[in-house]
Amino acid sequence: MTAKSRIQTQQQRLMLVHAILIMGSAVMVFPFVWQIMTSFKTSPEALLVPPKLLPAAFQFSAYERVFARIPFWDMLYVSIWSVVVRTIAQVVFCSMAGYAFARLRFPFRNTLFIMLLAIMMVPREIYLLPQTEIMKSLGLLDTIAALTAPGLFSAFGTFLMRQFFMTLPSSLEEAARIDGASRLRIFFEIMLPLARPGMVALAIFTSLWSWNELLWPIVVNSDPSKLNLAAGISSLAGTRTIDFPMMMAGSLMAQLPMILLFIVLQKRFVEGIATSGLKG
Amino acid sequence: MTSMTKTSMTKPTERPASAGREGRSKFRLSEKTREALTGYLLILPLFFGVTILFFYPIARSIELSFMKTGIFSGETFVGLAQYKRLFSDPQTWVATRNTFIYALVALFEIPIAVFFATLLHSKNLKFLSGYRVFFFLPVVTLPSAIGMIWALMYNGDFGIVNYVSGLFGAPKISWLTTPYVVIIAVAFVGIWMGLGRSIILILAGLQTVPKELHEAAEIDGAGPIRQFFDVTLPMISPTVFLVAVLNVIASMQVFDLIFIMINPDTNPIYREAQTLVVYFYEVGFIDSNRGYAAAISIFLLVIIMAITGLQFWLQRRWVNYDR
Repeated sequence: MTAKSRIQTQQQRLMLVHAILIMGSAVMVFPFVWQIMTSFKTSPEALLVPPKLLPAAFQFSAYERVFARIPFWDMLYVSIWSVVVRTIAQVVFCSMAGYAFARLRFPFRNTLFIMLLAIMMVPREIYLLPQTEIMKSLGLLDTIAALTAPGLFSAFGTFLMRQFFMTLPSSLEEAARIDGASRLRIFFEIMLPLARPGMVALAIFTSLWSWNELLWPIVVNSDPSKLNLAAGISSLAGTRTIDFPMMMAGSLMAQLPMILLFIVLQKRFVEGIATSGLKG
Repeated sequence: MTSMTKTSMTKPTERPASAGREGRSKFRLSEKTREALTGYLLILPLFFGVTILFFYPIARSIELSFMKTGIFSGETFVGLAQYKRLFSDPQTWVATRNTFIYALVALFEIPIAVFFATLLHSKNLKFLSGYRVFFFLPVVTLPSAIGMIWALMYNGDFGIVNYVSGLFGAPKISWLTTPYVVIIAVAFVGIWMGLGRSIILILAGLQTVPKELHEAAEIDGAGPIRQFFDVTLPMISPTVFLVAVLNVIASMQVFDLIFIMINPDTNPIYREAQTLVVYFYEVGFIDSNRGYAAAISIFLLVIIMAITGLQFWLQRRWVNYDR
């Protein structure tokens, strides 16, 4: 095979690859296009056979119906509040514990770590009933505090941060030890700044998980204004007369903040999932 | 960054860290003890939370599964009665069957992800980050939103899925209200939703395969397909295996998609399409039968542990760990 024809076959191959990837991308993107278009349709228009992609005229009435049906702004507030508090708490607690498990020696370290790993392997359904009982006995049912509480602590996040600290070189710590710095100071002033990429990965994972969470919120809260958006929009689906434009408008508004964040922080998201995304 | 931390270290600080230094002159704890104390101090907040919210609930769920609970009456110990009921309850078996069907169908995500990851890994491929965004969109979208979108598209009367399949001459199917079909249809949405994540993970695995291996294979005259099966696949099999295990564990616990797409209020075959997690939710939180729900959750734990064990046993047959 001559060099020229080799380059030619390589280019043909790349063309084929692009063709397949474009088809794949279309399958990934089309449902969102359909969602957006349906959100601008009237109810009868959404039920047309054969279906039409574009609405006859772009209507915003479905969006108005969303705001009439659910306390959207309250739910948005709950979503943002719980994401921010959970992310900060997890980054702080998991970094601290992750560092201790990665670098410090103390009795029962391995036993305690294996106990943490066990939490990750147990399906979350096991925790749900007792966690609800705890919230009930604390008088916290139907509060944002209850919705946020279980997400403040994460075994998975600790595991992630431990793995990250283990990749950092120990020479810096040793130098600081010789200078007489205490271990706590070494942690806060040297190791924590170095662990920023791991913390970003954990923060992205936590926000995504918290934003999407549905089961815990509907179990612990029933007051619509105390639900996050993921749970809030699910109530749009539970009606006898199905209003698809309203469902599409509501879900679109609920998913938009995360998608915008993803588009802005694309690279960090992908890196974050590549390091933390091992857990569904 | 290093120089900054160095200068800040020489300055006195008012952090709690300095409190430990004052303590040194009074108590003179041994180096080992102080390291251990620091360790316990750092894990304390996490273990405080985790003990209340995770360790205690595991014990409590086990306890609950031996109890009979009423909405108004207290709890009475009934031994294994809830587990006996579990095995004689036909709905448990419907839900278990559906859970397995779902997990099996969802496993198709792995070959699809390997396929697309390999394409995205092609030499000199342009527009990679663009494709990555497209495949990643569903990953950053709320599962409850995705459930609604696909409920619309799967609709038997006016859904776009039937319209498109109709163009190829396929008969109309009511995707979400036909037994068995509904589980497969929802599982495909699960694949669509999780594909981007799996692609990213497998792509990361592909990037660790040394280029020399491909060059050597190319010199030996192996084409791209041959190279994939003889070089790439064995090299990435540990990654693929890990993604598959996590995928199965996650898909046995899918709640959001099924809860949204198979709505108890509107779906006539709701009970036939239920999975274990949804059944658990119904028993525990709609019927408020906490004892029985706890037994179902323990049953789910046992199944997941058994499946995970089975997968690790199977891996010895095909995963290649020697590099």
